[in-house]
Amino acid sequence: MDYHRFRFVKDYFMRILIYLALISALIPLFSILYEVFVRGASTINMDFFIKPTPTVGEVGGGVANAIQGTLITIGLASLMGVPIGLMSGIFLSEYSESKLSMAIRFLHDVLNGIPSIVIGVFAYTLITRSIGFSVTAAAFALAVIMIPIVTRTTEEALKLVPMSIREAAIALGIPRWKVTMTIVLSSAKKTIVTGIMLSIARIAGESAPVLVTMGFWRWWFSGLNRPVANLALNVFIFAMSPFKNWVTLAWGSALILILMILIISVAARTLLIKGWHYGG
Amino acid sequence: MVVKFDIQNLNAWFGSKHVLKNINMKIEENTVTAIMGPSGCGKTTFLRCLNRMHELTPGARVSGKVIFNGVDIYDKSVDPVMVRRKIGMVFQKPNPFPMMSIYDNVAIGLKLSGVRDKSVLDAAVKRSLELANLWDEVKDELHKSGASLSGGQQQRLCIARALAVEPEVLLMDEPCSALDPISTAKIEELIRKLAEDYTIIIVTHNVQQAARVSDFTAFLYFGELIEYGPTRQVFENPQNELTERYITGKFG
Repeated sequence: MDYHRFRFVKDYFMRILIYLALISALIPLFSILYEVFVRGASTINMDFFIKPTPTVGEVGGGVANAIQGTLITIGLASLMGVPIGLMSGIFLSEYSESKLSMAIRFLHDVLNGIPSIVIGVFAYTLITRSIGFSVTAAAFALAVIMIPIVTRTTEEALKLVPMSIREAAIALGIPRWKVTMTIVLSSAKKTIVTGIMLSIARIAGESAPVLVTMGFWRWWFSGLNRPVANLALNVFIFAMSPFKNWVTLAWGSALILILMILIISVAARTLLIKGWHYGG
Repeated sequence: MVVKFDIQNLNAWFGSKHVLKNINMKIEENTVTAIMGPSGCGKTTFLRCLNRMHELTPGARVSGKVIFNGVDIYDKSVDPVMVRRKIGMVFQKPNPFPMMSIYDNVAIGLKLSGVRDKSVLDAAVKRSLELANLWDEVKDELHKSGASLSGGQQQRLCIARALAVEPEVLLMDEPCSALDPISTAKIEELIRKLAEDYTIIIVTHNVQQAARVSDFTAFLYFGELIEYGPTRQVFENPQNELTERYITGKFG
């Protein structure tokens, strides 16, 4: 009888500990979200979405140029990073037995662990120094961050496609590359798209590599060899500025950025749940 | 008699494991040849050597000749893709492409080799499904997923898929081992019907099935061809004691 009670108390005690751990992990998350939503929401109005960064002292203004700039930057980065990531992922999964692929897999893990500021400096040396602070340089840096993520998720997704599917297609007299590009890839497309979206969500919030390669910009997009405005960088620059108007816009930018990433992540997760098994 | 396959000194390895030892065999056109033997004797490997699927496994190796229609399929000038086009395969577990409709499952081989004409594809799908005795069951739901069919239907869909690219030979790797007796009977009937126009080689671990469907039977044991001849002769008057013991169920 006593033993039973002891077990019950022990179970109860451990359960409370686990709930406490859960709550302490969630407190920072929700306090950030709460703060950003409350402070950000009050700054959001029509101007916020259609007007560019105000000059110092100007009243109102918005972050329309930063939304445009962020979309252009992550779009360009995806154009560079996604094809390379996809192709390396396909290589790693379909030709995984070679020594080369073991080396590539290892290098991708290393790349994944490199701090983004270091990648920013790399892109600065390679691109910014030759064509100047520009959206191209920033997109290149972000693409380098994307590649290992896309590669890994593509590889994992393709490995979920059973060998019997490949063999069935090869036995039909379809060349191996065609089997990979059509049947195998389309079997795994949902998981791959999810991986790409998560990598986009990741780079949308990067500020350090953007700062190093492109810097702050108050105006609209005006060419690939010039900078664009960026939401993540807005948060950094505006929040540290002495102007009240800019500080307000920093909260708004933070809110928009969080919402963007939240939407991308939720959409990606939904896709992933629906397409959990490799089938359509 | 027309010889479809003339197999000479065929050896196969997985890494250092020697799984097929000096197989010599001639296979006649438009007949059903059953390959039987206990698990692990090399039946499936033998089958996969006939359409160059064996070499897809990392570390796998083949030596010897497989002369098909007078040409050695292991000759350097031969494209394995063309070999597989002529020599179709049906696998142990039904494996329709899960994300494709019934129609696309059958049409995909032709589509990926460049056939765009809808009427040609339609005709090929109908012909193949009819040949596989599946048309009447699925003709109103061709757009449905291939994975929605029952196991036996899926296997017949796989047969239709293989037939759609117009092969001359059908290799079947224990096609009924995952099926119930009724589906098995349907596939066996189908095999006899297809033998009128196709050369069929079927791997089975089921001795009765070999006796039921085949014209010729080969018995493999630890990678060696122990006995090969007309099915009736192999069953009624086996030349080798091992064969006799295997078909009477003394081991296996």
